[in-house]
Amino acid sequence: MRGRAMKYVDEFRDGGLAQGVARAIAQAAGTRRSYSFMEFCGGHTHAISRYGIADFLPANVRMIHGPGCPVCVLPIGRIDLAIGLALEQGVILCSYGDPLRVPASHGLSLLKAKARGGDIRMVYSTSDVLAIARDNPGREVVFLAIGFETTTPPTALLIRQARAEGLNNLSVLCNHVLTPSAITHILQSPEVREYGTLLLDGFIGPSHVSVVIGSQPYEHFAEEYRKPVVISGFEPLDVMQSILMLIRQVNEGRAEVENEFSRAVTRDGNRKAQALVAQMFELRRTFEWRGLGEVPYSALKIRAQYAKFDAERRFDLSYVPVADNKACECGAILRGVRKPAECKLFGTVCTPDNPMGSCMVSSEGACAAHYTFGRFNDATVVAA
Amino acid sequence: MSAIKPDYIRPLDLHNGCVELAHGGGGRAMAQLVEEMFFAAFANEHLAQGNDGAALPLPQGAGRLVMTTDAHVVSPLFFPGGDIGCLAVHGTVNDLAVMGARPLWLAASFILEEGFPLADLKRIVASMANAARVAGVSIVTGDTKVVERGKGDGMFITTTGVGMAPEGLVLSGDRARPGDVILLSGSIGDHGMAIMSKRENLTFDAPIESDTAALHGLVADMLASGAELRVMRDPTRGGVAATLNEIAKQSGVGMRIDEASIPVRPVVEAACEFLGFDPLYIANEGKLVAICTPDSAALLLAAMRAHPLGHESAIIGSVHSDPHHFVQMKTRFGGHRNVDWLSGEQLPRIC
Repeated sequence: MRGRAMKYVDEFRDGGLAQGVARAIAQAAGTRRSYSFMEFCGGHTHAISRYGIADFLPANVRMIHGPGCPVCVLPIGRIDLAIGLALEQGVILCSYGDPLRVPASHGLSLLKAKARGGDIRMVYSTSDVLAIARDNPGREVVFLAIGFETTTPPTALLIRQARAEGLNNLSVLCNHVLTPSAITHILQSPEVREYGTLLLDGFIGPSHVSVVIGSQPYEHFAEEYRKPVVISGFEPLDVMQSILMLIRQVNEGRAEVENEFSRAVTRDGNRKAQALVAQMFELRRTFEWRGLGEVPYSALKIRAQYAKFDAERRFDLSYVPVADNKACECGAILRGVRKPAECKLFGTVCTPDNPMGSCMVSSEGACAAHYTFGRFNDATVVAA
Repeated sequence: MSAIKPDYIRPLDLHNGCVELAHGGGGRAMAQLVEEMFFAAFANEHLAQGNDGAALPLPQGAGRLVMTTDAHVVSPLFFPGGDIGCLAVHGTVNDLAVMGARPLWLAASFILEEGFPLADLKRIVASMANAARVAGVSIVTGDTKVVERGKGDGMFITTTGVGMAPEGLVLSGDRARPGDVILLSGSIGDHGMAIMSKRENLTFDAPIESDTAALHGLVADMLASGAELRVMRDPTRGGVAATLNEIAKQSGVGMRIDEASIPVRPVVEAACEFLGFDPLYIANEGKLVAICTPDSAALLLAAMRAHPLGHESAIIGSVHSDPHHFVQMKTRFGGHRNVDWLSGEQLPRIC
């Protein structure tokens, strides 16, 4: 039962150790100033909410939920393309689990398109996509590729393997996006640079991204923008330790890239994966992020020599942007300028069952995480 | 000279035969399937009469009739620890049990897909018959329909159950009161993860077995303990999280539970971790949640632990007044969070 620990997982969820780190955080944070840190990645947002990490932080340490949720930032128009492929072109559309619910135009989502007869299949890995393409030689199979640097190498492998096997019915609708460009975008936003409305004292960087790209790409933020970065694992103790490391950097006037997740992250990352990605993909000049708008050089597209694996070219798709609800504050929430509960739509028109904006879509989104795990904090709870 | 046997019908080919549309057509083939497949397995006097319904004598003593129905559509049909047949019996028996009723009779409707192997049907019917025998209920009436190939997922079974609850016993989702204690009869998530581990596009092979079981014996011991029970429910679809939220809403209360007290098998927890699932939302088919007065919690816990299906029972939390009807949880890590209703289905997370 629970008494028998799950090796290498439960060790990082130890409540007793958490109390110790919490005391160290409280001591380091003192009372003289406040600290605002952004956890870039939705996985960290999820961990903070799921384990109740906010309960361990003093009132003067605030966490801002960043835009690092690939499902949340996928714009409506890109999902519309996928739905069109399934419903109008009759392809077998393969997708990871959580994009299936994202609301698209005309009240549709991939799940609803499936109910209308679209052949939409949930896959757990790109090897499932290969199997589907092999089993259906007479049909077009398209993989809706989304995610940050963590899911890009598997997509690159998919293309390489499809080419090696001579699979002529498989292509990729590529929506892979890049972590460093999104952070740059936030650091260059007027709220951070000029108005000072958003106090941002540092970043928690996602360890799984850095397993691939290394910690080196963040050195630029530390130097150029004087913002400390700590690369952090996803277990709750990892996150707390990283917060402590950020507070100490701020207190000591340092702005460095530190690696909390030394058990797997190196400065250079996985060179083999980087080379594979560089072989298959090139930078897009610009890409729309739901909630953030157009972000320059923030996404990847498939290189011309692999054009036949690029669903956008293969099906001659043209992207049509679709605007979010006007009252939706997702943009401001993703940039850390507003909190979820400050949006008029939060918890009324916009809920996880009926999401209006991107942050409510995935369980990693700032609004969905707050709605699901933390909204009792907004309400006055009457004790029994 | 050939000997003509006017009443001879070739028996069902249980090795290579398949369900055909004729098996639902109302003719001789259907009569044969019903007799050789269902009557033989479920044998009892009411079914044997072959009427359109069963005329049943009310048991002696005061009480109230409790009736429930449940449709079963599980895929795959056979899974570690059970199959759709025993599940169809346990699901309905448990719905009666958590109402405080002693299960008496079941009705079973089968929707079979054309082409379904008769050998599989026989296995499932035998499993149903065995589950009913162990639970002490009779399957007294039923129905069979056949749908064209591609219009059913092998087979669906709907079971309707009738049971008898003692006069004066009221177990209802609206009876939880602030101060009450919440108990759980054992480890969670086993059934749902056993099913997940066998889904065709999932290739992990975890030794997880469904917990499917009939709970009325456990319930009888709980009622006999003298504990003052308010609510009982079996946390099937949506798991313990859905059950607690339903009760909190019906009763107009809030709840606080302690994650550290909720039993989860390490293998289930590992499988959930791997897929990004939360065991609180995973289905169970042999567990119940009980809410009782604070004074009788110790008595009830002891009664539950004394039964084989409840030996891992635990007190997992308590009921509070809360106008928002939130179910809150102290995490094992030591923080607090909401345990919300599930929105849609749980989907595996990307990263």
